[in-house]
Order: sequence, then C-alpha cells, then structure tokens
Amino acid sequence: MSLTYLEAIREAQYEALRRDPKVFLYGQDIGQFGGAFKATKNLQREFPDRVLDSPISEDAMIGVAIGAALEGARPIVEMQFADFSACGFNQIINQAATHYWRTNVPCPITIRLPSGGTPGSGPFHSQSMEGIYAHYPGLVILTPATVEDAYHMLLDAVSLDDPVIFCEHKFLYYHLKADSLPETGLPIGKARIARPGRHATVVTYSAMVHECVRAADELQRDGWQIEVVDLRSVKPIDTDTILASVARTGRLLCVGEAFPWGGVTAEVISKVVEDGFHLLDAPPQRLNSKDTPIPYHPNLWRAHRPTAANIGAALRGLLKF
Amino acid sequence: MAAPQTITFTEQDATDDFRQQYLVTYRHMLSARLLEDRLAALYRSGGKIVGGVYLGRGQEAYSAALGVQLKKGKDIYAGLIRDQAGRMAFGEIMLDTTRTYLGSALGPMRGRDGNIHRGRPKEGMPAMISHLGTMVSVVTGMLLARRLQGTLGDTVGATCIGDGATSTGSFHEGINTAAVEKLPLVISVANNQFAYSTPTTRQYACDDLVERAVGYGIEGYSVDGTDLAASLTVFRLAVKRAREGQGPQMIVGTLLRLSGHGEHDDASYIPPTMRKTALARDCVTVAEEFIQTQSWLSTAKLKEMRDEVRHEVDDAFSQASHEPAPDPYKEPWRALSSWKQLEGDTNEA
Repeated sequence: MSLTYLEAIREAQYEALRRDPKVFLYGQDIGQFGGAFKATKNLQREFPDRVLDSPISEDAMIGVAIGAALEGARPIVEMQFADFSACGFNQIINQAATHYWRTNVPCPITIRLPSGGTPGSGPFHSQSMEGIYAHYPGLVILTPATVEDAYHMLLDAVSLDDPVIFCEHKFLYYHLKADSLPETGLPIGKARIARPGRHATVVTYSAMVHECVRAADELQRDGWQIEVVDLRSVKPIDTDTILASVARTGRLLCVGEAFPWGGVTAEVISKVVEDGFHLLDAPPQRLNSKDTPIPYHPNLWRAHRPTAANIGAALRGLLKF
Repeated sequence: MAAPQTITFTEQDATDDFRQQYLVTYRHMLSARLLEDRLAALYRSGGKIVGGVYLGRGQEAYSAALGVQLKKGKDIYAGLIRDQAGRMAFGEIMLDTTRTYLGSALGPMRGRDGNIHRGRPKEGMPAMISHLGTMVSVVTGMLLARRLQGTLGDTVGATCIGDGATSTGSFHEGINTAAVEKLPLVISVANNQFAYSTPTTRQYACDDLVERAVGYGIEGYSVDGTDLAASLTVFRLAVKRAREGQGPQMIVGTLLRLSGHGEHDDASYIPPTMRKTALARDCVTVAEEFIQTQSWLSTAKLKEMRDEVRHEVDDAFSQASHEPAPDPYKEPWRALSSWKQLEGDTNEA
C-alpha cells in the first residue's frame, strides 16, 4: 500500500468519522464533489449525514463549527484555501480562541487550511497563515511535513479539546508518498529530528522541511553534517528539542515559507537567543519568503520562496562565521 | 414564502394563559429596569463597576417577550447587550449580572470577561463577543449539531441583535446559513433607531428591515417593540412556527433606545422631536397602564411587586459586592483547556 499526503488527510477524516459519531465535516464543495482538492472524496457517500456542503460563508462556517462544538459535536471545517480563512478570521481568533478562557467551556474544532504556495497559484491561493494564528492565545497550530504526520496529527487535532488550525501544505499533496502508516505518531507539541547532524541546526516545518533536507544533503558532499529539526507543531513549540539541537551544533538557521516580518522563524530565534545565547557560536539566521505578495508566474514564485539552493547558500554563510 | 406581516395585539388574544404570561414578563421587565437603574447609579458614582455599563432601557418589553417563550434547559438564548430583560426571562439569575459587573470571582466569567459578555453555554446561554452578528452562526451551529445528533426535537435557538448589526457580513452569512439548513432559529432585531450614534438612514436603505426576510427566504414579522402585548403575540407566533419546523423566523421590533449606547454616552444625537413620538414610549409604563386597564392587578399589587423586585436587586448587589475579586496569583494563565496534556509533552504551551 502506498498513499500520498492528500490521501492521508482523506484517510484521517474517514477514520475520525468512523471512530466518533460526533465528528462531522463542513466546507465548500466537500460533499458529492469531494472538495476542491478531493480531500473528502467519497466521504459523503460513506457518511451521508456528516459531510455537509456549506455556503461560501467563511465567517458563518466557523461560527457554525463553534456552536456545534458547544453542543458536543467535533467539527472539521475545510477552508478551500488557507487564504480564505481571512474571511473567517474574526470567528477564529475572537470567538473560538477565547471561548475556553472566557467561559470554561472548551471549543473543540479543527480547521483545515490548505496552505502554502504551488506554481501558478498567485497571491490569494498560496498563503501560509500559521504565524498569524499562532500569535493568538487559545489556538493550537499544526504544520505536518510528512504523510505520517498528516494522518496522525489530523486525528490528534480532532480528539483535542481545543481549536486547532491544521496547516496542510498543498505542495506536498500529490508527490509526497509513504508506503504505510505507523500505528501511532509523535505527540502534539513534540518536534522531530528529520535529519541528524552536528555542524549546524536548521529549524523548519511543513513543506520547507523537504527543501532543507535537500540543502543538507547537498552540503554533505562537502563534509558538512546539518541537523534538520521539523517543528511539526508551531504552537505549542518544542523549545527543548530546538535548544538541545543548538547545543549540539552551535549554529542556527530558521526557515519558513511565510512572509518575513515576525512569525514562526522570528519566534524560534527569539526563544533560542533568550534561553540559549551561550550555546551559539554564530548569529542565528532566518530565511523566509520575500516581503511581497506571492507571485503568480512560476519563475517569480520559485524565486520568492526559500529553496534548497538559497537555504544551502544561507547555511554556507552561517558555517563560515 | 408569505410576505412579512405586522403583528398587533387584539382583545381576543387576551386569554388566561396570555394574562399570566404578560404578568410574568412584566415582572422580568421590572427586574431588568430596577437592576439596570442601580447599575447606572453605581457607574455614575464611580469605583464600584468594573468596565462599562450598557443598558436595555426602553427595550425591556421587546427583549423579555422573546425570552419568556423559551425553556431554559431545552432551548437556546443568545441575548445581546440590551437584553438584560430577555436574559432574565429566559432564566438567567440576577447574581450572574451583579457578579459580572462588580467583578466577583464567583461570577460565570470569573473576572476574565465582563458585563454583557457573560453567558453559560452549557445552559443554553452562549456568551456573546463584541463583534456584532457573530452569534447568529454560533446559534445556528448549536442547532445544526442537535439535528446531527438527533436531539433537536422541537427546540429552538434565539438570538438578538440591533439595527446596526444587520449591516454586518456575519449577520448575513449566519441567517443565510440557517435558512439553507432550515433550522429553528429565531432572530430578533431590535431596531432602536441608533447604532451608537449612527441613525438608521446611515445604516440601511430599505424601507423596513423586515423586508430582508423575503430575500433570505424566511418568515418575517414587524411589531411595535414598545408594546408588550404585541411583542408577546409576535414572539409566541414566531417561536411556535420555528418549533413546528417552519425554519428561521425574523422579527423586527421598532422602538427607541432610552439611554446612551453606554452610560458614558449622553445620546445628545437623538433629536428631541423623536423623543416626543410613540417610538419613545417607555414600555414599562405602557405595560403597567395596560395591566391596570385590563384590571389584572391593582395599584397596591403592582407596588407590592415593585417592592419585591427591589429587595431582590438589593440582595443581588449586596451579595456580589461582598465576594472576592479574582486573584492574579491563583490564575493559571492558560488559554487552552488541554494545556496540561500539551505541557506534559513539551515545555511550553
């Protein structure tokens, strides 16, 4: 058996629906059509009452999920693209994220955000929103980079009693494959060493894990051993694993596909500088997309985001210091 | 879909059952009025009230007339900022109000949120946020979950908003979604002529907000919101229709806010001429006169009721004012309910 990242997301939703009658799926075109990316393909056939097409109303979709969760349901909302969650932003950050704190009543909803860039998708179908949502207290932000994590972390998200923003990367949907799924995954909030090394640490997440591993493989030819840490969950963030890695290597590069101002990479560097300044042999570096909207043309798009080539260049600079 | 109707009270509606409901509702109105008068006085005297004070003065009849149709423990009621009367009619205890306004740690929000944002979601009272229109889809979702779980039965979910909130995208998206799902949502619009200081001419361009019901494909009703008898009649009908499975019901009550937006606001933007129209009738006075005209209660009995309510208000303020304030050193400062689980896995949440 072999399955893709996208199929793992579909399988996880099937399994969530099968396990718990309180789970339901809500989103645009997710019913008979199976979703814009087919992440819910055939699920309505299997669970006709629990896979519901919504109007194009992101605000109401999240509001409905919140209300349903208060009544004991476990909704999974599909945003057609992460970018469109901006239209449901208010309900996410003001209603869902504050609910437990204000009322002592948890709000278990999972919001799936098909995230990140693919060639030709342009400014409004390519965004990475994890940094924006991570800013707000009361949300869990997951960014799976592997087929196995896409599956297990989505199931974990549904069983968690808090609102979860599940950032699944569209670039990984079709080409990332696994032969089988392990019985269990790492717990939420635990980072993973994607590739061990001792000369520098790269902290990254989501699709950038693969770019960073490629860059590390390239540097290996020159004898550099680069450790790649896959955060898996950007909030909660596993500071222990990051600091332990920096303690081994003394050098840190953070890589993210999101825009450069603030965000996850800045947060990682801030935590390492605060708690592990003495571990650093060089100034910590970060690499993000350019500070412009995400371009449409593939030539521009490839130059806008970090790639193995410029991650490699950044690492060489870091190693020279 | 029938055209929106204007509902009025006719003498043949004055059954025994109606009389009883009228008197119960009047008592809730009076409770809300006396409670809010005290809140306003405490606000002005300074120091006692934590945060702002937002009153429902002039809207008690319209507000309570909906709350009294619903059953706590069965139905859902999401009141907004001017629904002290409706909340009480639904079954919220007075202490929830005084504890929240006076900052008692024992209130439903434990000092984490204030005044009109209070709620008890597990008792059918979701806690509103400040962003208007957002509760429409939340109540819709509560009803949808009940349908999915087979527990909807003949329950209804009601939510209240004002003329200003009808301009929000949330309002539109929420009602449209409830209409698509044909859920038993009762949406009460209190058209009190001003959203903060903005008059209705700067808020919408249709003749009457109830016309929107036609566009949503739902049933709509207009009513004089200063008239308790008419308000009870319309909400009885609308709640019954929703219980029977006739889908969302939209009611627009016309009235005037007899206070500022909050007690910090002197409402000097309300034209004096408007204050002399029927819109500005005080619904509590109107209801009291109606009770006397119908000879349902004597002047002495009305006074007795007022004294009783005043004692209840005194007790609620007295108890809350002697209770502890929230302690920042006892606060866990965690925004996730699963923080223990997550922090067991890592060092940070």
